Amino acid sequence: MAEVFFFIAAIGALGGAVGVIWNWNPFYNVLALVVHLISIAALFLLLRAEFLAAAQVVVYAGAVMVLYVFVVAYIGGAEPAEISPFGPKLRPVAILFVGAILVELVIAFAGSGLKALDGEGAGYQPGFGSPGYIGDLLLTKFLVAFELASLLLTIAAIGAVVLARRRRGTVDEAAGDEQVLSVMDALRLPPGTGSQKEAVSGLPDVHEPAPGSRPEITTGTSAGTDREGGW
Amino acid sequence: MSITWYLVVSAILFAIGAGGVLIRRNPLVILLCLELMLNAANLAFIAFSRMHGNGDGQIMAIIILVVAACEVTVGLGVIVAMYRRRLPVDVDELRELHG
Repeated sequence: MAEVFFFIAAIGALGGAVGVIWNWNPFYNVLALVVHLISIAALFLLLRAEFLAAAQVVVYAGAVMVLYVFVVAYIGGAEPAEISPFGPKLRPVAILFVGAILVELVIAFAGSGLKALDGEGAGYQPGFGSPGYIGDLLLTKFLVAFELASLLLTIAAIGAVVLARRRRGTVDEAAGDEQVLSVMDALRLPPGTGSQKEAVSGLPDVHEPAPGSRPEITTGTSAGTDREGGW
Repeated sequence: MSITWYLVVSAILFAIGAGGVLIRRNPLVILLCLELMLNAANLAFIAFSRMHGNGDGQIMAIIILVVAACEVTVGLGVIVAMYRRRLPVDVDELRELHG
């Protein structure tokens, strides 16, 4: 019975992986990756890694893939320049190298001479791979790695916000006035709202760039100007 | 099932992911292929963890999960920033590290 499940899950994982690189629509690529991730979670279950299988489905197939879907929806569209999968002349070389990697990996795994490779693995102890077991290991033996992982997650979250924040203007405009956001910007009222300060000193002299004055670079995949803006 | 089967699946998955990184030009798909490779490594770690009956490999897989999540956030942030600046979302066109 385990063999049947293994082959179903392995075919799902491999098919999903092929679907990731063999579709020209990024949305379908993401969906293929979801299939792949769920199949991988099934393989984890077969290997008695129950907690990891659950985490894989929840974190990867759930949260991370939603992030991908949002970005695909934001960027939009298939890549127009890529018509045939093997257009440029270096692609056969790439495939050759991939075959070399595969052969090398299989040799490294199968030729490692480990006797236990042919077996089913060590005897199963109850509780192996359960959340309690993993948590016990994480908080005792691997505490430093656990803390470093949390630090890394914080850094990545801040970095992503800094990278993807809304910048004013485009490449040419941003030469001198990179907009720096501060907490005070959230508290400041927009001009013309009739605050007491305006009643005393009049409307401030604001230099807003005209809405249509942005130079456009036509090499990108984006078509229109109306999608400028952020979340 | 013997552990070798899992390792062979993991090797094939890694090769597919590496091929995707080499072949595709959309940075979004390249990120997806990186996920493929990380998952292949995860599968190998967990197979070895099962082989030895030792949980250390599963901890390693969890750490890989965390690193993959970080990589995705930063990578998608870079892609969104590229799109906002109206740069072409294509790794072959982006040859210089302009600020």
